Amino acid sequence: MGRAAHYAENSERNNETMIDWSGYIGLILEGAWVTVQLTLMGSALAVVVAFAAGLGRLSRFMAVRALATTYIEFFRGTSIFVQLFWAYFVLPFAGITLTPLQAGVLALGLNVGAYGAEVVRGAVKAIGREQREACIALNLSRYQAMRHIILPQALPLMLPTFGNNAIELLKGTAVVSLISLTDMTFQAQVVRAQTGNTLIPFATILVLYFVMAWLISLGMRWLERRVSRGLDGLRV
Amino acid sequence: MPEPIIRIDNIVKRYGPLTVLDGLSMEVMPGEKLALIGPSGSGKTTILRILMTLETISDGFIQVDGEQLYHVKKNGQLVPADERHLHKMREKIGMVFQHFNLFPHKCVLDNVTLAPILTKGMPRAAAEKRAMELLDMVGLADKAKSMPAQLSGGQKQRVAIARALALSPKIMLFDEVTSALDPELVEEVLNVMRKLAAETDMTMLLVTHEMGFAHDFADRVLFFDRGKIVEEGKPEDIFRHPKQERTQTFLRKIIAAGHRV
Repeated sequence: MGRAAHYAENSERNNETMIDWSGYIGLILEGAWVTVQLTLMGSALAVVVAFAAGLGRLSRFMAVRALATTYIEFFRGTSIFVQLFWAYFVLPFAGITLTPLQAGVLALGLNVGAYGAEVVRGAVKAIGREQREACIALNLSRYQAMRHIILPQALPLMLPTFGNNAIELLKGTAVVSLISLTDMTFQAQVVRAQTGNTLIPFATILVLYFVMAWLISLGMRWLERRVSRGLDGLRV
Repeated sequence: MPEPIIRIDNIVKRYGPLTVLDGLSMEVMPGEKLALIGPSGSGKTTILRILMTLETISDGFIQVDGEQLYHVKKNGQLVPADERHLHKMREKIGMVFQHFNLFPHKCVLDNVTLAPILTKGMPRAAAEKRAMELLDMVGLADKAKSMPAQLSGGQKQRVAIARALALSPKIMLFDEVTSALDPELVEEVLNVMRKLAAETDMTMLLVTHEMGFAHDFADRVLFFDRGKIVEEGKPEDIFRHPKQERTQTFLRKIIAAGHRV
């Protein structure tokens, strides 16, 4: 059946009987859950690799710095689309077969983590020499200084950009529909194909994406307030 | 005759092509209160920073409390020390900075207890008891739970002094500790230091532009210019009867700028 004919038949049917939207909306909500999972797990992975690579770039050891820099440049410099296809279609040749969800989380996490790594590095470097020197004068080890003094002050500086990155990641999840993962965008396309109606499914996911991004914003603002408690006012 | 607690032997410090210290030697006796004065860029702060291991030296040797600071003996030879040795040596030395360098995300009490708990494994209760004694000594026991941002400059600096003292160093370094303060807050910090000098036998090295304070506080004054000690002696001699022309010029300028002697 041709596409035009398919749509024509659908719209004809629309005219005859009302579409049962609750089933279709249910489908989109199932997709929304996949999107939420991808966003949460992808962000979790992104945070871990962002800290690993961001601190790695500040390491004393050349090899660690080189490794971190290579990762960051590679994942920032290639498209998320290509990375996803590699994770899903090419890794199996190396004996690593991932489910679509795993491949999606991996690609999104590593991609956004590369951006996050630079955020971590920038924030850590923004904590001035004076704080580091106080740590040396108080005989803290490098690890203790990082853990107790530098990172707690760097974290509030990272959060606004981390919020941006998380929202970017949320919106980036739509590319996983290309490896047949039934996320929100994928389901909206299914609904559109089956009903011939574009407005309702795409208006629904528009609202859903917006609400999710808004929740991320709220969450990040709450987190920001929490970690910067006592830091407001003058720097000392 | 006791051994010097600090023995600086012919040290050189270069930043690229710039030589800040050029073959400097000096000794400090245990318990001695030393004031280092001189124009900015004369190398006096660099000496404190080198003693605190915030800078490395390009050449020479420094002995602190009977041990090499930057070197360890290996097969009868002195070789550059590793981080572990520096860590051990830093226990003997504390420093107070011009800009306080308090930890802004920690309350006053935590600023003082952090290092003893982390570096000496002191139990929290003991560390807090000791911190409260020190805060009481600097007159800030009632500010223990305040955040640094809530304090005045003078209060911050007094917390910074308590924080450095909490590790019980044998040597305290004070790097222009009143230079960043409003004039009316200078005295409260100087009072704490007077008290400290009177009540302890700690060795103290003080870089300052407060000539009046240096005069009262120090056992010995060193005048630095261009990385060298131009003149040294008792405060009365340096301030009242400086022999070197450069010392005289410097003191005249300082007095003209409104500093008391």
